Amino acid sequence: MYEILVQPWPWWFSGIMIAFIMFLLIYFGQSFGFSSNLRTICAMAGAGKVSSFFKFDWKAQMWNIMFMLGAIAGGSITRHFLSDGAPVKISQKTIEALQHYGFAAPQSVQPTELFSLESAFSLKGFLILAIGGFLVGFGARYAGGCTSGHAISGLSNLQVPSLLAVVGFFIGGLLMTHFLFPLIF
Amino acid sequence: MKLLKFFLVGILFGITMSKSEAFSWYRIQEMFRFHSFHMYGIIGVAVTLGVIGVALIKKIGIRDYAGNPIVFQPKEKTYIRYLLGGTAFGLGWALSGACPGPMMVNIGYGYFSFIIVFAFAILGTFFYGIIKDKLPH
Repeated sequence: MYEILVQPWPWWFSGIMIAFIMFLLIYFGQSFGFSSNLRTICAMAGAGKVSSFFKFDWKAQMWNIMFMLGAIAGGSITRHFLSDGAPVKISQKTIEALQHYGFAAPQSVQPTELFSLESAFSLKGFLILAIGGFLVGFGARYAGGCTSGHAISGLSNLQVPSLLAVVGFFIGGLLMTHFLFPLIF
Repeated sequence: MKLLKFFLVGILFGITMSKSEAFSWYRIQEMFRFHSFHMYGIIGVAVTLGVIGVALIKKIGIRDYAGNPIVFQPKEKTYIRYLLGGTAFGLGWALSGACPGPMMVNIGYGYFSFIIVFAFAILGTFFYGIIKDKLPH
């Protein structure tokens, strides 16, 4: 029983659950779009004084902040009750490709080369996390949504702009992976 | 109570992102290298069910839990912002291995260095808010 509980979910079940979560939010009168929280947090912190982009009724977005807090709790629940910390079973080809950049085969969920606190507080490690995060936050708002808002919600509603955003996600992701990785790592 | 249900759906989301391994930097790398079907399968199933469900909601006119009609907001019909913004997002996604939701799930999972990633994501959004009128949309 325990072995089954700590196994990762197959892709098809994961996909069903994501659609289920989107429809739950729709049923509760809202929509699935996580990166709006970044704008809400700016507004809560008083960014409305600097830009009208952050002047809105952020209290109406508290449902999404609650969703965000739930996501933290969910990650913690998996860590403590639903996983045995086994390495992610990525393909051998990816393991070999990453070895060229100094990444060892997975030992757990995330590479210690990037996410250990030691790395995070080295200059290069910090810059990687900071620039990565900055681009995600900037790009999500510029594009008007992230993976949940565009790739899941937008595509489900057959929105051409969302398809363009997803094309953009891949242009950026492929550029980073295939052209910038050799320069960075 | 009104907000509690969103917290509970959030928990489900956090469990889903972690149990699916979609919150792993390795899985995102594998996706951008086209070495596995895993991430494409997840997104493909979610979008297929999403398209069917949204079409059904529109066709049958299903209402939400409060009895209000469900309306889907169409996205603004431009293209530059989606391509440029999307590209910036993709660059960051491949580097940090996480979009905004999974950043939070990682923090909950115990990878506290994602607090740095998330803090800078907030800064990135703040920067967009400051310079948005100078950007092509």
